[in-house]
Amino acid sequence: MADTVQFEEALSVEAQKRQPLYAGRIEVYPKKVEGPFRRIKWAALIVLLAIYYIVPWLRWDRGPEAPDQAVLVDMAHERLYFFFIQIWPQEVYYLSGLLILAAVGLFLVTSLAGRVWCGYTCPQTVWTDLFMWVERLIEGDRNARIKLDKSTLGLGKAVRKTLKHTVWMVIAAATGGAWIMYFNDAPTVLRAIFTGQASSAVYLFAGLFTATTYLLAGWAREQVCTYMCPWPRIQAAMLDEDSLVVTYEKWRGEPRGKHKKDQTWDGRGDCVDCNMCVAVCPTGIDIRDGNQLECIGCALCVDACNSVMERVGRPANLIAYDTERNQQNRARGEPTSYKLARPRTVIYSLILLAVASIMLWSLIFRPTLNISVLHERSPLFVTLSDGSIRNGYTIKLLNQTRDARAFVLSLEGPPATAMQVVGQPGGAHETVVLNARADSVATFRVYVTLPKSKISGDTVPISFVLRDETSGEEAVYQASFRGPAK
Amino acid sequence: MPTKIEKDAVTGTETTGHEWDGIKELNNPLPKWWLYVLYACIAWSFGYYVLYPSFPGLDGLMGYSQRVVLSEDLARAKARQAGNLERVATTPVAEIRADPELLNFVLTGGRAVFADNCAPCHAPGGAGRPGFPTLADDDWIWGGELEQIEQTIRYGVRNEHEEARLGDMPAFGADGLLEADQIEAVASHVLALSQADGAAGGDGAEIYAENCASCHGESGEGGREFGAPRLNDQIWLYGGEKADVLAQISRPRQGVMPHWADRLDETTIKMLTIYVHGLGGGE
Repeated sequence: MADTVQFEEALSVEAQKRQPLYAGRIEVYPKKVEGPFRRIKWAALIVLLAIYYIVPWLRWDRGPEAPDQAVLVDMAHERLYFFFIQIWPQEVYYLSGLLILAAVGLFLVTSLAGRVWCGYTCPQTVWTDLFMWVERLIEGDRNARIKLDKSTLGLGKAVRKTLKHTVWMVIAAATGGAWIMYFNDAPTVLRAIFTGQASSAVYLFAGLFTATTYLLAGWAREQVCTYMCPWPRIQAAMLDEDSLVVTYEKWRGEPRGKHKKDQTWDGRGDCVDCNMCVAVCPTGIDIRDGNQLECIGCALCVDACNSVMERVGRPANLIAYDTERNQQNRARGEPTSYKLARPRTVIYSLILLAVASIMLWSLIFRPTLNISVLHERSPLFVTLSDGSIRNGYTIKLLNQTRDARAFVLSLEGPPATAMQVVGQPGGAHETVVLNARADSVATFRVYVTLPKSKISGDTVPISFVLRDETSGEEAVYQASFRGPAK
Repeated sequence: MPTKIEKDAVTGTETTGHEWDGIKELNNPLPKWWLYVLYACIAWSFGYYVLYPSFPGLDGLMGYSQRVVLSEDLARAKARQAGNLERVATTPVAEIRADPELLNFVLTGGRAVFADNCAPCHAPGGAGRPGFPTLADDDWIWGGELEQIEQTIRYGVRNEHEEARLGDMPAFGADGLLEADQIEAVASHVLALSQADGAAGGDGAEIYAENCASCHGESGEGGREFGAPRLNDQIWLYGGEKADVLAQISRPRQGVMPHWADRLDETTIKMLTIYVHGLGGGE
């Protein structure tokens, strides 16, 4: 029949528009919030910033020859000082160990407590929080800031903005300055910076860190977490159904809607749609959409929602730190549990313990003496007039103590070998005395001579034994003595 | 080409339209600041192309070149060394050897100059090659004291310089000065001289005393004014087997060394002298 309706495949121009490739930034204006998690965040910020700014100024006496800064990376003299510990470049693996500990520690903490790194201790979070506090102090809370940004540029706005950026710059400069104080003596370099006498490297790095602090904490803020940082993406691999995350209890909160006083709570959710959780969020997301990449787990929305729940007389923790498993249990009315010891957390803890033990053990028992022997390659051996064979060796002694020491060098191997230290008078002997300055590498050239009859084959194994007579400490290096091919 | 663009139910964002093993990707827009950073990098690259050498034939407005950097580094190194070189030139050798810091400078410099000029013949470290003496041992053809070493370096051996060291061993075999059996006898005697007991006697000793002793010494101790090597030790310039000794007596090989006086400056020769002397056999 002719009255069947035809269906046309047609989309309007509007419907056919694809999503834009690029989108402008949507400004985030976090609102001030008070609560236990906010207090924890402030505490973490104060402690961490205090450590960062104050540590370079701590002193540690190491004697007249050495720097007296407690924590110092002395690039020029190839030493890393940490209070009573001193690391030589050859021992850089202690730093590797620290990095491994940091990484595994981070995995462990995340698998237990969620993104606490992101929310409380990450430098980006800490400095952005600080800069936002300055902004709130100068420009006002959220609504005032939005109004100020919308307004035309007048005297008031110009003054506020200039003041804010100036304070930001000062903080950034202090941050950049503090960074280079970990690599230079703090009082000296501070004076040098202000009198124009610091090296170009100091100015360059201080300037670099000032610029990056100002840009990242002042301008970029949540863009770092959302777009630049790889950690949010890695977090997904760290979390499982027993990790604490900031969750919205959808089964309790929905259906959401405005609530008038004395209205019933039956047939509706506890969420009064006040949007406080969105207003206080530093990354500008809505936690009610669920666990998402942009959520840094700072729990400011928890504080905000709880203050509202208290006012409307509903139970707290509509938004809370909870595990996925527990949320499902709560939704069904079943008992909740926290599984701290899971295969994941146990394995991370064991790795942490193992690496820390190895590092501690090797740090406590590391030798203060080391010997390295380089066999001269050209000539490999020299035939002397009387037919005996002579080999040359370059011996490097590492004296890793703060005292000058004398060592005795002897040989183990063929009997009656004679050693001659180049530059030391007195001919060849079976043992020689080598003097080393404190905290340094001493280099000696030694000739070892063997009569031809003592050499069978073209290689004879010998060992150089270095001994500190006072402490009995010994270092041995196995080398070889070469002769003409038979 | 995107094949199936869908709208994600949870976020309302479109997918890219591609699927990889069941994995789809949300097509969230990129932040504009990211795009502007890319533009800034491109703009920077234009400036970079113009200022730095970027195309064969175009040297860049800043005139940067690796070669210029090298010559600047070398000039800086020379300026840094100037003080020590001055000291080396004016300080007597004995004092240089007593000053550890200056000695270290001289030995390091000497090693570098040796590698460039002397090692091609004498081998690195003075190890020597067949026909080119080992400088690290304790046997010297022309003398191992500092002045003697210096003279050898300065004027060389058997070259065209008027003050070159000269030594001329007759070709006993090739010129028919000795018969084959005589050469054989004296070769045995020479080999016996180099052994600890050194007793030989017989024809070889007689022939040796008449023909060789005047330059090489009565018991083979060598004659430095002639450049006649020591024969009574374990070091052989042309080989210590019987055949080698026979060959050297019959048709002797006589090494030639260039004169360095006009190729290297005085300070350099001084450094070389101290270095060679310090290779382990200096007298």
